[in-house]
Amino acid sequence: MATAPETLAERLRGRFGDALGACKVALGEVTIEVPPARLVEVCTALRDEEPFRFEQLMDLCGVDYLTYGEADWDTDEATATGFSRGRAREHEGPVWKGPRFAVVYHLLSVTHNHRLRVRTFPEDTEFPVVDTVTGIWPSANWYEREAFDLFGIVFEGHPDLRRILTDYGFVGHPFRKDFPLSGHVEVRYDPERGRVVYEPVSIEPRNNVPRVIRHDARYEADPSSATGE
Amino acid sequence: MRPMPEIRNFTLNFGPQHPSAHGVLRLVLEMDGEVVQRADPHIGLLHRATEKLAESKPFNQSIGYMDRLDYVSMMCNEHAYVLAIEKLLGVEPPIRAQYIRVMFDEVTRILNHLLWLGSHALDIGAMTVFLYCFREREDLMDCYEAVSGARMHATYYRPGGVYRDLPEEMPKYEPSRWRSEREVRKLNEAREGSLLDFLERFTERFPKRVDEYETLLTDNRIWKQRTVGIGVVPPERALALGFTGPMLRGSGIAWDLRKKQPYEVYDRLDFDIPVGTNGDCYDRYLVRIEEMRQSNRIIRQCIDWLRRNPGPVMVDDHKVAPPPREEMKRDMEALIHHFKLFTEGYCVPEGEVYAAVEHPKGEFGIYLVSDGANKPYRVKIRAPGFAHLSAMDEMARGHMLADVVAIIGTQDIVFGEIDR
Repeated sequence: MATAPETLAERLRGRFGDALGACKVALGEVTIEVPPARLVEVCTALRDEEPFRFEQLMDLCGVDYLTYGEADWDTDEATATGFSRGRAREHEGPVWKGPRFAVVYHLLSVTHNHRLRVRTFPEDTEFPVVDTVTGIWPSANWYEREAFDLFGIVFEGHPDLRRILTDYGFVGHPFRKDFPLSGHVEVRYDPERGRVVYEPVSIEPRNNVPRVIRHDARYEADPSSATGE
Repeated sequence: MRPMPEIRNFTLNFGPQHPSAHGVLRLVLEMDGEVVQRADPHIGLLHRATEKLAESKPFNQSIGYMDRLDYVSMMCNEHAYVLAIEKLLGVEPPIRAQYIRVMFDEVTRILNHLLWLGSHALDIGAMTVFLYCFREREDLMDCYEAVSGARMHATYYRPGGVYRDLPEEMPKYEPSRWRSEREVRKLNEAREGSLLDFLERFTERFPKRVDEYETLLTDNRIWKQRTVGIGVVPPERALALGFTGPMLRGSGIAWDLRKKQPYEVYDRLDFDIPVGTNGDCYDRYLVRIEEMRQSNRIIRQCIDWLRRNPGPVMVDDHKVAPPPREEMKRDMEALIHHFKLFTEGYCVPEGEVYAAVEHPKGEFGIYLVSDGANKPYRVKIRAPGFAHLSAMDEMARGHMLADVVAIIGTQDIVFGEIDR
């Protein structure tokens, strides 16, 4: 890449200073956090100002941090019988301390050949709202519709905020972590009524491989993985 | 005098079951006579929630899902996903695996462009090209089969390398009720040597095949009437709309991740990036045709290198890659590693990463968030076609209905990746 990530991070800190919630370099990628109130202002500057020139919005997506860092069971310590599996998880509170939802933007500058990740956390968890960036990058249009559809994040000022991927008349936001993998309804053709009917799902949720978090000594020293410990 | 009747636009529903909708695209077109006033693509009819499924499975079990995203360039999808995991794990595959990946990326690029060329030409009225393209695709599919056992959904790339080394012999045809001994002998002629021999013979004849396609299309009057000046995108709009790959290069911007942000061994290989000037369907056609020739060049360089440099194709870290079967017969630890890998999988250190490859259609990226578990916390797939299709309204406005088909063709739409 043309600009070293550290140089870019330095410039970002110098330019935006207090507007950035955080600015860090990990695995050769720069991530900044912007409060939603200043998102449009910062993004416009990122697109137009000479040291940044992020002409392209590569990707925009929602993230739901509801169950971040939660394993299906803990295997950190052995019980008296030497086998800790099946032990009920003692709830010590969530690992993730931040707000539940985030919107993540991936920017690319063709002029300077560098990338940037911008993250913003809408404050309200019940009704997350973020300003739209369609005025800055027209390609945000569908990405924002997708994030609205899948996560229920509302983009204020979006010209046409409709569902995009799910079915016409779909209820709920399927990529939220509290939405079950198998969904809530299933459809079948009912020959008596002569139409397709929606019914509650009949399949049991199933988990073949439990979610396990292991602390691997080889990665412990890595400073980039120090958050949330 | 009678008053003029009121003329109103009418709405036309195009697809989702239309042969030139390239799958399940439903377009709601607002027409003024035969001129498109507004195009509203309705997508999601092939939505399978790949990202959500990937969040419920160990990392390795989702590689197969990646094949099914853009189902005409399977290995390139795997590549981005595998690169993202490797970046988080801090694993670097052996150099031979990198060459194999690059070689198969380019095989995939030719596969994709051949299907694109065939179906695009078919959509706007040239039947012959379709048949010719599928003739060459057959040989490349055989390479997929030889190396992974599957003609399409290979699951060949793995974090840490590739599943296995290139085979020493090609699968052969057998005589049957439908194929006589003599026919089979002729078919098997090219398959006597190794996979590399087979692929080399392919690369020798392929440039002439591309000449054949060009003879059929490049100076063809009807082809030019259907593509020149259709769907013009100026470079600054192409950037703003998030175009990548041939769609961006067709508008005259020399941007290719293989050159600009090289991954694997692309920086050691010699190839050129074709660029268009007018940003219309015809230029994008020329760009893709030239890309096939360049891919052919890259494949030849990889074959040459792979012949001379045998070596491992998978990292020797059994926390990530399974141990060889032979070792498992002798070594208890290898057996345990194998068991753990295929039941629980491996835990990926906490962090987030974005890995992108130059996919035949553009930039294919994977944004991966890991919270330290054996399953990804969040996977986001950045599909090039999604951004391209969202520009459909802008590209089609003011064109005739028949040009909409040309624009769908030039965007190289595949619903597996757009709907995910």
